[in-house]
Amino acid sequence: MTSLTAITPSVLDPVALAHLVEAAGHGAVCTFVGVVRDHHAGRQVTHLVYEAYEPLALKALDRILIECADTWPTARVAIHHRTGPLAIGEASVVIAAGSPHRAEAFAATRYSIERLKQIVPIWKHEFFDGGTEWVEGATADPDDAGARAEAMRRACA
Amino acid sequence: MRVTVRLFARLRELAGRGDLDCECPGDAATVADVWQQLVARYPALAPYERAVSCAVNAEYARRTSPVADGDEVAFLPPVSGG
Repeated sequence: MTSLTAITPSVLDPVALAHLVEAAGHGAVCTFVGVVRDHHAGRQVTHLVYEAYEPLALKALDRILIECADTWPTARVAIHHRTGPLAIGEASVVIAAGSPHRAEAFAATRYSIERLKQIVPIWKHEFFDGGTEWVEGATADPDDAGARAEAMRRACA
Repeated sequence: MRVTVRLFARLRELAGRGDLDCECPGDAATVADVWQQLVARYPALAPYERAVSCAVNAEYARRTSPVADGDEVAFLPPVSGG
């Protein structure tokens, strides 16, 4: 897969994604891998199923890349998110950022995961011992300047 | 005027389906009108009134956004990717 953004039922490949953001002038590549954890809210999680509104999710990922380019023009960012059933330990999301120096790569990576959790229409269905639950996080509003500022604050903390 | 409604995650489960047609009276309607029609059919969705986001033809929209015949209107519960 060679696109900078993707919503896919296929296994994610952090190494391939890191290659996508390489450039001769880049001295840093930062990779974030979100992994399915075996517990949440005191419950033993058995697996997760991710659902996406794919056409809008892709546009939201593209929007995050544009926001990154506005703030860190020398950085190149890629984001792939998986859908469907995922076992404990599998990667649900991979973000890679390459840049001339490490500060932009780290910041763009952190900013991207914070924004993804705010505005990308993807939902996590948690299966645990004794039941299931849809996890509900942020009410998505891409134009909420406060949310964007909070993502930036965390990225640059 | 008829639009296609898409529901996701818990909203889809509460309605029992992810795709449905929704008839709105008249030629002009907004996303809020479509939501009202939807809640009339599926009262279990009502508690999500303040928490949903919406999209028209796979672009984020507002409750006040106009919808036209044939549009796809999506209602999105709070997101939880990552």
